[in-house]
Amino acid sequence: MLNQFAFIGFLLIVALILGAATPILARLVRPQKAIPRKLEMDECDMRTHGETWVEFKAQYYTLVIVFLLFDVAAVFLLPWALAYNTLELYTAIEVIAFILMLLGGLVYLWRKGALEWL
Amino acid sequence: MTLQQILFLIFSAITLIAALMVVTRRNLCHAALFMVLSFFGVAGLYVLLEAPFLAGVQVFIYVGGISTLIIFAIVLTRDVVDPTLPPHNRQWIAGALVMALLCSVLIWTVLGYQWTTTTPGQVPADSIARLGTILVDPEGFLLPFEVTSVLLFAVLIGAITIARER
Repeated sequence: MLNQFAFIGFLLIVALILGAATPILARLVRPQKAIPRKLEMDECDMRTHGETWVEFKAQYYTLVIVFLLFDVAAVFLLPWALAYNTLELYTAIEVIAFILMLLGGLVYLWRKGALEWL
Repeated sequence: MTLQQILFLIFSAITLIAALMVVTRRNLCHAALFMVLSFFGVAGLYVLLEAPFLAGVQVFIYVGGISTLIIFAIVLTRDVVDPTLPPHNRQWIAGALVMALLCSVLIWTVLGYQWTTTTPGQVPADSIARLGTILVDPEGFLLPFEVTSVLLFAVLIGAITIARER
């Protein structure tokens, strides 16, 4: 098992190198001229208005809680999915019941407007 | 020293140094990102313990989920990223006392425990699939599995009931 993870570790190192290579190469080839405009926040050539550290509405916290819940649900579904081809059909129905329960919650959330942009 | 021991030291160092950075950084965003790194180190330790599912869950829920939760909490809080704020408040003495107490209990327990040194059995290659089989088995953990969905449902409803603007 550790050999399989060694491959993941290898990919991790490659990913780190690739991630680091871009800014390092860019630093090597770009002209080093610091002008104030260059240090500004920039998003698709739009200048930012006001403070960057603004406070968002607390209602967005529901979104992240919902995300976390479905994250946890996915963790429960993963082992079942890995054993799927050895299992009987009724286990699929059990899992559908599991998902439907959460889906009911999601529909309730949607109807309440908790997923709206504020 | 074997490769596993070296890896253990590396992952332990990542976990501990990142954890130290979490409590010493003045910028809360940086602290949150170091917390992600610390979680990642713990995932590495799980891999070394040959617990692939636990390592996956660690990355999935802690690195992916809890960190998002924390970063959202930072983004949603007023003035929390102000670096001029003092890093501790009036309760730091009480906090330090509780921490010292907990630390001494932990050290006392670890030193007093008779650690067995037998090598554990081999982890089967299909350990996660076995877990999945037992999770949906009516004679296994089917009931807790379905109750979990009810629990998650309740949390969902509770979360929006508390967080919605009234």
